Amino acid sequence: MVNKNLRPPTLNVTPEEYKKMTAQISPRPTLIKNVVLAFLIGGLICSIGQIFINFYIIYGGLPKLAASTAGTATLIVIGATLTGIGIYDDIVKVGGAGAIIPVTGFANSMVSPALEYKKEGYVFGIGAKLFSIAGPVLVYGISSSIFVGLIYYLLDLLR
Amino acid sequence: MLEMLIPAFIVGGLICVIGQLMMDLTKASLTPAHVLVTYVTGGVILGALGLYKPLVELGGAGATIPLSGFGYVLAKGAIEGVEENGFLGVFGGTEAAAVGIGVAVLFGYLVAVVFNPKG
Repeated sequence: MVNKNLRPPTLNVTPEEYKKMTAQISPRPTLIKNVVLAFLIGGLICSIGQIFINFYIIYGGLPKLAASTAGTATLIVIGATLTGIGIYDDIVKVGGAGAIIPVTGFANSMVSPALEYKKEGYVFGIGAKLFSIAGPVLVYGISSSIFVGLIYYLLDLLR
Repeated sequence: MLEMLIPAFIVGGLICVIGQLMMDLTKASLTPAHVLVTYVTGGVILGALGLYKPLVELGGAGATIPLSGFGYVLAKGAIEGVEENGFLGVFGGTEAAAVGIGVAVLFGYLVAVVFNPKG
């Protein structure tokens, strides 16, 4: 379909050369930009989590571990809500892994497909699609933790 | 209120950068789902080896908010479960992570019921 005679008028290169040039130049700036954005957005989300944890310690009187759990729970609620009102998907577009890896991204990975397939009903739509990504995460996370527990138990027996 | 804020930013940011590099430097077949599974499993393994705890002490929320922190909680729960309850304690990871899982399921469901997809 591509007409080889069609060249940008100001460029004195063949389409092949042009492709080669863009391949050489473009990936690096994109990678650096993605990495910087992932750092900034990921860092920002974790800092917001830290502010909640500090708040729960200072004003809620919670011990450190409980405050950390409460902070995680708070970010899950925020991530789910921002997905519901359609903002979090835009944050993912900008922040990439910086928005996917924090628990807000985990909440997004549950709500986003559940909303998308809502019309398929409350069981096979929302109920099932909540776990299209969270399911594998729980399967591998919980299974490997049980495996760790078993190893620890066996090592304990040998002691 | 501002305690640990900068360590959380730096540690959390760097943990996310590793994920971004995984996504950008490998084939396009590595989806966010693969990254999340890798992170939770990685957190379990690092937690079991005692390598994730120092990261939590250093970075606070910067280490607990990324999904690897969820894996760390699961591993920690399993180990502490064995110490407290013996064999049945090997399932203690889920117990330790119950709040996170419960909140995610309940609020994920509520939000999906209340809101409608954009467009």
